[in-house]
Amino acid sequence: MCGAVAGGLPLGVDAGKEAVIQGVVKRGGQPVSGYVRLLDGGGEFTAEVPTSATGEFRFFAAPGTWTVRALVPGGSADRTVSAATGAIAEVEVSVA
Amino acid sequence: MSRQAVLVDADWVEAHLDDPNIVLVEVDEDVSAYDKGHIRGAVKVDWKQDLQDPIRRDFIDKAAFEKLLSSRGISNDDNIVLYGGNNNWFAAYAYWYFKLYGHQNIKLLDGGRKKWELDSRELVTDVPSRPATQYKAKDPDSSIRAFRDEVVNAIGKLNLIDVRSPDEFSGKLLAPAHLPQEQSQRGGHVPTAKNVPWSKAANDDGTFKSDDELKALYKDAGVDFGKDTIAYCRIGERSAHTWFVLHEILDEANVKNYDGSWTEYGSLVGVPIETGSGS
Repeated sequence: MCGAVAGGLPLGVDAGKEAVIQGVVKRGGQPVSGYVRLLDGGGEFTAEVPTSATGEFRFFAAPGTWTVRALVPGGSADRTVSAATGAIAEVEVSVA
Repeated sequence: MSRQAVLVDADWVEAHLDDPNIVLVEVDEDVSAYDKGHIRGAVKVDWKQDLQDPIRRDFIDKAAFEKLLSSRGISNDDNIVLYGGNNNWFAAYAYWYFKLYGHQNIKLLDGGRKKWELDSRELVTDVPSRPATQYKAKDPDSSIRAFRDEVVNAIGKLNLIDVRSPDEFSGKLLAPAHLPQEQSQRGGHVPTAKNVPWSKAANDDGTFKSDDELKALYKDAGVDFGKDTIAYCRIGERSAHTWFVLHEILDEANVKNYDGSWTEYGSLVGVPIETGSGS
């Protein structure tokens, strides 16, 4: 597990076979660390990762519509995102 | 067992940080998490490096387990409180593993590392120094561990609970979505297994749901509490979480965790596999 690096993937991962969702969690415009959950089209929990110290996260999903839910001390926020094989969907989640 | 006998909350842990009879043990999927900060006084167990045989796919043997706990300064009489990330996935796995080798006094921190962090409680980087002990393990308790032949023989007879996400159960995903999907085995699930994702047993903050909610969850999914149960996931850590719910919190007898799980079953030659959302 690791925080995401914008635009890049870990060595050894074939980006052409993956439907990547990655991004950053922010509060007041500043990156914030916490946890991010991935929920499927039916709202069912699929995965969860801790963010990096600078709020970054990454999932290897399947094509389709997903919800990412950020959990930080004292708050949470959801964002809907579409993933496609061979693409990296970038998403920013702002927690109030 | 009951909820009170197997769980402690974060306030309780904070009040017992200096209790010499309590040993906090952190076990994470992300094995670097401890090094970035942990609950004061906690020792680290690495689920991969410490708990897996380095050559074959199996647990470390009894002598190696004794050596591991001795080196961590854990005695047979110590009260262990396990916690970890990912809603206690690997802490629950370690709980089940420590029970397998006969440790009696052991509990989970409800909510694990996530709840502790979301509460903004203190984490430190100081590594405690505990004098080595002479830990003595018992022979592995096979009443809580299932092997592949038992799973095949359980099809259509016992409760089989696949605790992975619906997309892994159906065969759409081969691994949890925070891991790369390039795997060699087939997708799907053991025929007649019910899909009760582990996550349904936990609240967003990682704490376990109430006993009544948990009972309803499994009954509504068609689990017959009158039958024996085998739980599985991908490598046995999420199903250890479900084993903990059924066997430890709800006090159901005859519940086993199949740690070979889908990475073994989905690679076996000739066994039946079902795809889709299940019957």
